[in-house]
Amino acid sequence: MEHLLALTVGILFSGALFLMLSGELVRFVFGFVLMGNAVNLLIFAAGRLSFVGPPLIGKTGTVPATPVANALPQALILTAIVISFAMTLFLLILLYRTYAQTRTLNTRQADFLSESPGDDSDSDTPEKDHS
Amino acid sequence: MTHLLIFPILVPLAFAVFTGCFRHHPSHSSSAAIAGALIHLASAGWLLSVVLTQGVVVLWVGSWPSPAGICLVADLLSAVLVLVTAFLHVAVVIYTRFDTTHEQIRSGFHPFMQMLTAAICGAFLTGDLFNLYVWFEVMLMASFGIMVMDHPAARLPNAVKYVTLNIVATLFLLTGIGLVYGLTGTLNLADLHEKIVRVENDGLLAGTSLLLMTAFGIKSALFPLFFWLPAAYHTLPPGVAAFFGGLLTKVGVYALIRLFTLVFVTQPHITHTILMIAAGLTMLSGVVTAASQMDIRRILSFHIISQVGYMILGLAVLTPLALAAALIYMVHNIIAKATLFLVGGLIQRAGGSFHLTQIGSLFKTHGLLSVGFFIPAFALAGFPPLSGFWAKLLIIYACLESRHYGAAALAAFVGLLTLFSMVKIWMEAFWKPSPQNQTASETRTLSPWMMGPVLGLCLMIVLMGIFIEPVFHLALTAGERLVEPAAYVAAVTGGK
Repeated sequence: MEHLLALTVGILFSGALFLMLSGELVRFVFGFVLMGNAVNLLIFAAGRLSFVGPPLIGKTGTVPATPVANALPQALILTAIVISFAMTLFLLILLYRTYAQTRTLNTRQADFLSESPGDDSDSDTPEKDHS
Repeated sequence: MTHLLIFPILVPLAFAVFTGCFRHHPSHSSSAAIAGALIHLASAGWLLSVVLTQGVVVLWVGSWPSPAGICLVADLLSAVLVLVTAFLHVAVVIYTRFDTTHEQIRSGFHPFMQMLTAAICGAFLTGDLFNLYVWFEVMLMASFGIMVMDHPAARLPNAVKYVTLNIVATLFLLTGIGLVYGLTGTLNLADLHEKIVRVENDGLLAGTSLLLMTAFGIKSALFPLFFWLPAAYHTLPPGVAAFFGGLLTKVGVYALIRLFTLVFVTQPHITHTILMIAAGLTMLSGVVTAASQMDIRRILSFHIISQVGYMILGLAVLTPLALAAALIYMVHNIIAKATLFLVGGLIQRAGGSFHLTQIGSLFKTHGLLSVGFFIPAFALAGFPPLSGFWAKLLIIYACLESRHYGAAALAAFVGLLTLFSMVKIWMEAFWKPSPQNQTASETRTLSPWMMGPVLGLCLMIVLMGIFIEPVFHLALTAGERLVEPAAYVAAVTGGK
């Protein structure tokens, strides 16, 4: 089972890297989501896989009666899922606004390649080079 | 008593809510932000005084037993950095009172800044690796918010670069955390210190440590992972750029120092050699690129990179003296760099441009501003008796002491090139006659609300340089405790 999970994580990682490096920012978002899932599975596997009961304690006892699954990785993954969900949303909105401005999300376009667009354009004094 | 650890995080979070409620009344919002920053400063000062008298302070959040719960830990390094953060927060909040538009305040400038401060302090104070990741995420989100706040067209593609690269870094960080957990079964830093020596899989351990090094390397703008920094910082408003440039990369540096003195110390021939090489290349590439720039903010942005190299060099040498030097360098650099960004904003206000070819003769028209630039710039370049001189001297001395002659020579050479850049700004902006197109511009007066923080920070640089003796002893103690973290580990795990 762990081998299967490791293989899945590997495939997800390679797919995510391929998408992230493709130069299209929309693909980057998909790559980000994929890699987020790959990392979550990796944390899950790091907590050791076991086919035992859920980590719950009965009403009477203070310790679980039977062996239980490791709850910590699940808590970590839950946190990571929430955070990556928020990140994905922010990223999508940012890309949407960027697309509205630049009309492209291809990172090979001039808007993304130029290092310093409008250095002084946001200052209140227009450039007066032409005098 | 240990509950005071939570205040440097809780106070800015609370004021994030207050300032958020007042965001439609800009002056109230700004006043609340200043009040919050001052209370934050007081709590940070209190924390440092307690740490000085009691040693390491630990708070188990929610009273969960060690090591299952999450703990906040303040040792000397954390407490000093929290205090410097609080100082800078006060200065920046006062400066931005007259440098933010009502539009920016309405879109949540102050809550974002308070959140950012809370997250930075959280990252400094946490004693848990996963918690560190969470604080980094909070920090990122707050910085994203500020960066795209009033979404000027020019800033968006740069914001995309900043966001995407930092997101990749957090994924690497998370992967590294997963692997560390798989190897040791714990994420508490002090607990990791004890358990990491028992890991038998050397290859996986090295890979994991390098993965985390890459993640924090992106955050702290190490060579060759610094490309997001100059792309993003120079488009920010000066007050924000000062806060970002002063602090954000240093949090990454702090994380590297913490991890590679406390946790990953079993394979120094791999990790610290790579750190050493990266540090050298970071110093060199940052300063050389800066030399070719003409925009003040871009020069300063590239210098951040170069300066980070010095701190990592201190970490790579890994002697108490070198770590003390790295700590002094961090404190000095946070203050000096932030001051320079603030001065950059004032230069733009006084001269009308950030571009060195379009301004001049500010020395004649703005004498006080010249002093405000002169002190941090020459502190950065390492002139005695300013703070930067001692920081550089100690780094070079530590390198020589541990027989890293090449690194020492490189550090000295990079200092020389830093001087070149600073003199360039000085000559171009302050001394050269004003270019033709600027002769008509009248002398613009600068608000004392903006000059005040700059001069206050300058005073700190001078004082730190003159009274280096107590600062050095404090830093050396911190350095010794980093190399021999027994007290830290005992304070965290001893409460079982």
